Amino acid sequence: MSGTPLLLLILLLIMSGLYYLGKKRALASVEGWSGIKHLHSLPSYYGFYAALWAGLPALLVLFIWNGFQDTIIMDLVVSGLPQELRQLDDARLSLVINDIKNQASGDVVSADSEAVRAAASHFSSLQATVTAAKVVLILLLASACGIFAWKAISPDLRARNRVEMIIKGLLILCSSLAIFTTVGIVLSVLFESVRFFQVIPVTEFLFGTHYNPGTQSFGAVPLFAGTLLISVIAMLIAVPIGLLAAIYLSEYAGPNLRAYAKPVLEILAGIPTVVYGFFAALTVAPFVAELGTSVGLTVSTESALAAGVVMGIMIIPFISSLSDDVINSVPQAMRDASYGLGATRSETVTKVILPAALPGIVGSVLLAASRAIGETMIVVMAAGLAAKLTANPLDTVTTVTVQIVTALVGDNEFDSPKTLVAFALGLVLFFVTLALNVVALHVVRKYREQYD
Amino acid sequence: MLWQSCCARNLNAVGKRQYRDIEDMNVNKPVEPTVLPVEEEMDQFAAFEKSGFTGTVGKVASDDPCMSAKNVDVFYGEKHAIIDVSVDLGRNEVLSMIGPSGCGKSTFLRCLNRMNDTIDICRVDGDIQLDDEDIYNKQMDVVLLRACVGMVFQKPNPFPKSIYENVAYGPRIHGLAASKTDMDEIVETSLRKAGLWGEVKDRLDTPGTGLSGGQQQRLCIARAIAVSPEVILMDEPCSALDPIATAKIEELIDELRENYTIAIVTHSMQQAARVSQRTAYFHLGYLVEVGETDDIFTNPQHKLTEDYITGRFG
Repeated sequence: MSGTPLLLLILLLIMSGLYYLGKKRALASVEGWSGIKHLHSLPSYYGFYAALWAGLPALLVLFIWNGFQDTIIMDLVVSGLPQELRQLDDARLSLVINDIKNQASGDVVSADSEAVRAAASHFSSLQATVTAAKVVLILLLASACGIFAWKAISPDLRARNRVEMIIKGLLILCSSLAIFTTVGIVLSVLFESVRFFQVIPVTEFLFGTHYNPGTQSFGAVPLFAGTLLISVIAMLIAVPIGLLAAIYLSEYAGPNLRAYAKPVLEILAGIPTVVYGFFAALTVAPFVAELGTSVGLTVSTESALAAGVVMGIMIIPFISSLSDDVINSVPQAMRDASYGLGATRSETVTKVILPAALPGIVGSVLLAASRAIGETMIVVMAAGLAAKLTANPLDTVTTVTVQIVTALVGDNEFDSPKTLVAFALGLVLFFVTLALNVVALHVVRKYREQYD
Repeated sequence: MLWQSCCARNLNAVGKRQYRDIEDMNVNKPVEPTVLPVEEEMDQFAAFEKSGFTGTVGKVASDDPCMSAKNVDVFYGEKHAIIDVSVDLGRNEVLSMIGPSGCGKSTFLRCLNRMNDTIDICRVDGDIQLDDEDIYNKQMDVVLLRACVGMVFQKPNPFPKSIYENVAYGPRIHGLAASKTDMDEIVETSLRKAGLWGEVKDRLDTPGTGLSGGQQQRLCIARAIAVSPEVILMDEPCSALDPIATAKIEELIDELRENYTIAIVTHSMQQAARVSQRTAYFHLGYLVEVGETDDIFTNPQHKLTEDYITGRFG
């Protein structure tokens, strides 16, 4: 794969050359700019047409070639290995292959032997040949396709439509990439979860009320209850404050104040969650504990309340910013109508604007909730580790995300349920937030239909 | 001679059109307004310069004024939008306000129930009285004022609530109905007065936004009269409606005159002639002429008014 950047550069040069040639040929075919009305498309489209023909097939072949080159060469090398090496099991054979690769690139090898050295030189020579062949083939392909397209240029060629089609194809490719990534993530989590569920039954995981990996009990209920408790506390803080802030900013604040206050409020959204974590663990949690003790309550130093409050503060800008947009998109005509009937500001807000904006506000609250449920850093730093099934906000609880982190950072072997439980938890968490997002987006879209 | 001038004008028009076509092809360039260099055609600025305006002519005062504005000036920031306007709204009569775009007629209308208060940069000077009480004095409660001076807007703007709730909104915020039966009665009377009862009585709980444009506008009128105002302000109430709906609204305005004083801003001179008893002609923030509608349209005193109603600019 060495020299690929150079190859790409040459390919780019060929493409720009063909762009120039294609444009020139298109112009020449109608005898210059004066005859341009006889061309189906603008000359630059013919240039792009030729350039894309040169570039795309060559890039495609290059991509596939690079994907298979190493495996094919290795197969060839392995088939040339002495009999006793070839009969090793898969794991040992991959060690030998690693040795061959390291030897070829001049790195340290674990078991220096005659056979490996011979194979390495075989590998190097094969690689050199194949790479050279690749460069020649790619450049030939690019030129051939380019010249073929260049030949095809005539005033009747619908270059514009074809270039637009290719561009559309590229855009579709990019957007489907994001979707495939999501599908890939889900599948990878799913497969690991299946391995977990082979050891621990699904029902025990979903409905068990004891979570302690040390004793092989993996009931996820306390974790989800903890997540729910902290999220509810966070929403109780964030929804009223965020919503009232949004109402103030959009309906009461003057334009000058609004111009400063809104960005300042949105700065909260820019604070890294790990900083919120410090704030929760070092400032809020001791404060809550002290306050509780002073009124005679027993408060854990890692109380759900502290984590929830800080998470709520983190979410305020989400709610206020989204709700502010929704409130602003309620047509001015509604306000005029209400004021024109002699309604006061607060009557207008509560009786006209909030009902009209309600679906959008619900959508923003649900989006914020899914964010609260998935939040990790604050709870890792401020919430506890002990999985307790409790509804007391002053007690310590743990959350799904905290347990995922704990399961993966430990030194457990990777195929034990203690580690694999992280994937199962992640999968369920994913579906919970996905469901929330789907509902939220659906609600928001419903709202849009009303006014646009 | 006549033939020659006609011909020159035609040629000129053709030339202009071709020029416009070429310009139109170039989408990004704004098409410059083409003013034909013919003597009769001029813009409102030139017309105003030429007229030598010295002050409102006609009959400013009314025998029995319901509202009366004296020396009103309105500023939008630096812009002087209304300049020294004085006019009376006679009780139980319709005053229509006409004039070219941007002449300040809507701005003046919005002063009459202090809707301009919702615009931060807007400042109103002068004296506007409703039944001999200054509506801009400090003790004036805007809520009560707007209950007395209702407003109907250019675009029908029913709330996204049921028809019943739309009409009940005003009475509810002003506490006008003591019971459900009272409210039902207010809603029914208002809808009847707005000529909408027959069409909606079987579907009062369906959304007001589901009605047709003309019905929505009549719903807005019903909503305005549900709080029993003295004055109803209408800001081009028919500009978003088709001719049949427009005719219905105009009929309605004539009926409403028995109980209410009405001020209407309109772009249609025919409409002004049909619905109003008095007409005020605004030009660039000045009130040029005001008087009996018949006089204004048959025998205008000011050159600007005459030019406008004969369609020389606007």
